[in-house]
Amino acid sequence: MSDFFLTTVLTFDASVRICVPLIFASMAGLFAERAGVVDIGLEGKLLMSAFIAASAASVFGSPWLGLIAGMFASSVLAMIHGFASITYKGNQIVSGVAINILASGLTMILTLAWFKRGGITPTLQNDERFLSITLPGVDIIDHIPIIGVIYRELISGHNILVYLAFVIVPIVWWVVYRTRFGLRLRAVGENPKAVDTAGLSVEGLRYRALLVGGILCGIGGAYISTAYTAQFTKEMTAGAGFIALAALIFGKWHPYKVLAACFLFAFLQALSIRLQGVVFPVIGEIPVQLIDAAPYILTIILLAGFIGKAVPPKASAQPYIKEL
Amino acid sequence: MTRDRRLSWINGLLLPLFNVLTAFIATGIVFLFIGVDPIEATKILIYGALGYDEGLGYTLYYATNFVFTGLAVAVAFHAGLFNIGGEGQAYVGGLGTALVALYMNPALSAWIVIPLAISGGLLFGALWAIIPAYLQAYRGSHIVITTIMFNFIASSLMVYVLVNVLREVGEMSPESGDFIEASWIPFVHDVLANFGYEVTRSPLNMSIFVALFFSAVVWFFLWHTRWGFAIRAAGKSNEAAIYSGINPKKIIVVTMCISGALAGLVGINELMGVQHRLFLNFNYGYGFGGIAVALMGRNHPVGILIAAFLFGILYQGGAELDFELQNVSRDIVVVMQGLVILFCGGLEYLYRPVLIRYLAPVEASE
Repeated sequence: MSDFFLTTVLTFDASVRICVPLIFASMAGLFAERAGVVDIGLEGKLLMSAFIAASAASVFGSPWLGLIAGMFASSVLAMIHGFASITYKGNQIVSGVAINILASGLTMILTLAWFKRGGITPTLQNDERFLSITLPGVDIIDHIPIIGVIYRELISGHNILVYLAFVIVPIVWWVVYRTRFGLRLRAVGENPKAVDTAGLSVEGLRYRALLVGGILCGIGGAYISTAYTAQFTKEMTAGAGFIALAALIFGKWHPYKVLAACFLFAFLQALSIRLQGVVFPVIGEIPVQLIDAAPYILTIILLAGFIGKAVPPKASAQPYIKEL
Repeated sequence: MTRDRRLSWINGLLLPLFNVLTAFIATGIVFLFIGVDPIEATKILIYGALGYDEGLGYTLYYATNFVFTGLAVAVAFHAGLFNIGGEGQAYVGGLGTALVALYMNPALSAWIVIPLAISGGLLFGALWAIIPAYLQAYRGSHIVITTIMFNFIASSLMVYVLVNVLREVGEMSPESGDFIEASWIPFVHDVLANFGYEVTRSPLNMSIFVALFFSAVVWFFLWHTRWGFAIRAAGKSNEAAIYSGINPKKIIVVTMCISGALAGLVGINELMGVQHRLFLNFNYGYGFGGIAVALMGRNHPVGILIAAFLFGILYQGGAELDFELQNVSRDIVVVMQGLVILFCGGLEYLYRPVLIRYLAPVEASE
């Protein structure tokens, strides 16, 4: 029994680690889509940031500089997205796709050009990456059954970015629902004309939303290469940006619900690693691939309208053209 | 020239040309950034892709895949749909092809087996597009999101099928057994040898004629049939389409099925033409490449053939660059794909204000 309990706690622990980039990326997507810009480019921004963060951390010897560089790189991509889809009214989805493909190609080309190896950066030393923090009081609580294990394994022992991820969600909620910027942001995603009529800049608001998204994706990417692992490897984001997009829809563009969706999808991923080769009575072995595909299948079922309805912000994917 | 004619020249020819040139210049800048002389790189690339018969064979072989996925994206574009799921449709289409090519009676003639296997690809590709299409048409969920999800579901499905179903007993790698010989599409070098011409072996096979055939079919279908008209009308204006008695929901489903079917043909070139077995990720990158090809080819079959040939050159030339230069790998092609999508797609109107201002200014006298 205690064995089962420990396994459960460890699976949850793994879910927390997998969850972090999903949270950052989906919060980034939330800002963009709430402002009426569809962001297919989350994956590309994560990947670019993961690469630049790992490179900078390795060259400058500091994870913090890596983090800043990652945030910068991801923001540059976000601004390209904005330039194409806000200033030049191009198709938002097309420019998002362009960003994903550019990121995939550039990371490969630059690893070779900068580090003379195809698709990977040098392994980061311990002082070049974010390490886990042991929270105070682990020794004191450790002997208490159940709570001790939960505190030691699940709550303590993560790196700073993990804690940041869980702090950022209420902040996002507060910004979106309780500040003037948030009100305008939501308005610009639902009815940009009204915002324009009120004398506010639709383009300015959308750019700001994308910039916030760029920074958030940057943190998520940096986490993947300098905290979760210790180097950049080819295509290491492995679709996290798209799972984040699915979580964003699954959580109906609401910060807390999106967080719940991120955790659900991360848990499924952690589970699929655990369940590899496990044979259950009656049902037998569950194919890992089915669990891998579960986030996408669940989102499709949601979109089909079988479990509630996901209605995106009204003006999403539409460039705003001012009437003269 | 009247202003209207000038405007159509700007939109139809100058703008796309400027966009493609910008993408090339941007690639040149990337080359300079990584310390490669862009002129030398271009020379190697072009020689590698066109300079000798084997290189040309590879170029055309890659181009064939891009024709299929480019057509797939273009047909959907005409109905105002963005089919981002070419990757998954090509993958599952390959499964359809493989099922026919693996399990048909080996004694049958190639004239029966090959068309059936091609139909298998068309059918499975269409099937993989039908759920996203249905959801878009009748449930209002966005086709871009659903097709992305279906790409990932396809990739999980194919791993499952290859590992648990099609893999032969005792084999380690996740791939199927060999296709029956009647399903093999002949290599171009073998066909030419029959006529007495000796050319170097390359993966180029007769699928390229299937690609040309379907380009013509798509052209005829879109511009010379009732259905094609309905598709283009629905893409231009939903309201006008409804007013003229077209059912846009039906159009969405039909268009996506055609689009998926075309993407499903990648498998015939890769699997029936070259590898003669089904394996993991044979479709890798062609679905997304198709987006670049369709954008560059302005969604017209002729433009797509040209753009696909260009991407074939890039793919093959990129491999040559990889081989010749130390500082660059063939992933430069991926960068270029991204830049083409950015400048020909996302930023397609970049030069329009400037061009209109200088070449077709609004004149008071007109």
